Amino acid sequence: MSDPKTLPRLADFWIRLVKEKPLGTFSGIIIVILLLVAIFADVLAPYSYKEIHLVDRLAGPSSQYLLGTDQAGRDLLSRLIIGARVSVLVGVAATALNVVVAVLIGGTSGFLGGRLDLAVQRFVDAWMAFPGLLLLLTIMSIVGRGLPQIVVVLGIAGGISGSRVMRSAVIGIKENDYFLAAQAVGTPTSKILSHHVLPNIMAPVIIVFSINIGGVIMSLAALGFLGYGLPPSIPDWGGMLSREGRRYMEQAPWLALWPGLCLTIVVYSFNMLGDALRDLLDPRLRGGGGRLGADAARSV
Amino acid sequence: MRSYLIRRLLLIIPTLFILTIIVFLAVRFIPGDVIDVMVAEMEAWHAAGADLDREALERMLGLDVPVHVQYGRWLGVLPTPDWITGESHFRGLLQGTFGESLFGAALTIEEIIIGRLPVTIELGALAIVIGLVIALPVGVYSAIRQDTIADYAGRTAAIIGLATPNFWIGIMVMLYPAIWWGWSPPIELIPFAEDPLGNLGMFLIPALILGTALAASTMRMTRTMMLEVLRQDYIRTAWSKGLRERVVVMRHAIKNALIPVVTLVGLQLPLLVGGSVILEQIFALPGIGRLFVDALDGRDYPVVSAINLIFATAILVINLTIDVIYAFLDPRVRYQ
Repeated sequence: MSDPKTLPRLADFWIRLVKEKPLGTFSGIIIVILLLVAIFADVLAPYSYKEIHLVDRLAGPSSQYLLGTDQAGRDLLSRLIIGARVSVLVGVAATALNVVVAVLIGGTSGFLGGRLDLAVQRFVDAWMAFPGLLLLLTIMSIVGRGLPQIVVVLGIAGGISGSRVMRSAVIGIKENDYFLAAQAVGTPTSKILSHHVLPNIMAPVIIVFSINIGGVIMSLAALGFLGYGLPPSIPDWGGMLSREGRRYMEQAPWLALWPGLCLTIVVYSFNMLGDALRDLLDPRLRGGGGRLGADAARSV
Repeated sequence: MRSYLIRRLLLIIPTLFILTIIVFLAVRFIPGDVIDVMVAEMEAWHAAGADLDREALERMLGLDVPVHVQYGRWLGVLPTPDWITGESHFRGLLQGTFGESLFGAALTIEEIIIGRLPVTIELGALAIVIGLVIALPVGVYSAIRQDTIADYAGRTAAIIGLATPNFWIGIMVMLYPAIWWGWSPPIELIPFAEDPLGNLGMFLIPALILGTALAASTMRMTRTMMLEVLRQDYIRTAWSKGLRERVVVMRHAIKNALIPVVTLVGLQLPLLVGGSVILEQIFALPGIGRLFVDALDGRDYPVVSAINLIFATAILVINLTIDVIYAFLDPRVRYQ
């Protein structure tokens, strides 16, 4: 990354994104807004997400409560804004963990090859045979609801499935002349890994996994919707939809409308931006890398 | 071809074995709470004069022996003693039994699952049909009119479809027709034998929701495959022979483009399962998905394990079948 050519190339890349992929750019703007909302949630939210106004229970949209209130008179807009922070937090943290787990499992398996690879891949086969949602629900019911729990579960589960992408990337590197040359001149394995393998796979891998943030947010919401995500004290979009949204939907339809709409827009933006980035950066990843993201999103 | 088949079949054995270990261990990680819950419930039975304590309960559930013995019994390679008569029989997965549900022991798990299966299969089959009926024409049209407004509309709809959660659409469908027209979907299962149309009507809405979700990815795949095929030389030949567009598309392009699409339908099984868990929940359909969530809520882990295992095995077998079909169709696959 210290390469001085990187910077102009990066600028070029953004210019190409804006020129060639208007929808991708638009989605990128939405994601930047989402990130800003998540970071400045406390400042932006007009009320505290816990603040109860019993007088204004299930109040409709008004100038006082822009999107209305829930059954405890809590401001829906404020809860959605904190929900954005929760989504971003879980999405980013679980994705980071995905990369680490995938590097450890897929990287080792692909780099060492042989019997270890064969054995590890059977485990990954078995793991990926489980329908995502069933597996996540089962594990969440065992470890219990909570923010750290869900990050670890989504992080590890996604990491194991994603290790395939990592493995094939590493195997691809091993066929290159520079890798063979490094081995031939007796470069120590640790140096080969740090100087030749990792730098060459990290960029595509990070992109493939970032595309998946939308899928992670969707899984979080699906688990929350079925009651196995976050505890009721944390306002997450999926949980809000199933708890307040479903129970009071006839008196207060806005409680069911907005959390789902926020979720859809955010997941849509991540998918669109992901598609655009993939097309621009590495057309070869089309299809191959997309499976991971699509799978996670499809589990819902 | 034969060596490829044998290799694939041999590789599935360790995978299946690991599958059973994952399913088995996941459940054993649960600290004693199932027993605790049951002991608490037993208090009531005790009051009624039943003579059951913690130890008897553990023996009854087969939790009184080491984990590897439990696994062997569950798998069916070690005999399981009957907790009343003390006689031992091989009763496990290899014998086709999943054990007993912790609660509601009148039926075995197989019987419970078989009773629920028709609902899930009907929902799934309808969803697949609806998905294909939407996806194929839109995908093909999108490809032959690439970069037109229709193409953009189709693609945008597909991406929105991929991003819209089933559970939200489900709730919106329950909610807004009820508010606007006072209409809401039925919540009692109508048996097909009694009222075929009523039954189909009941499944139609959840199947539409699930089907459109499937259609989104099928449509994208169809479009990509069609574009790929339309660039081939034999299509150019067909055009240069002066064939009409209808003939080129229908006779030459679609047939070749659809092979990978059909396999995608097989790969969508996990999505189908996840979707049915959610939609059966929302639309009160008593299928496997509902059973799964109810079993989780009640911490009925033998049922949870059984469902996980059945679906995982089914997906494994379908993936294998798809790979084998591919190897038949495309010789290059066999030598990789």
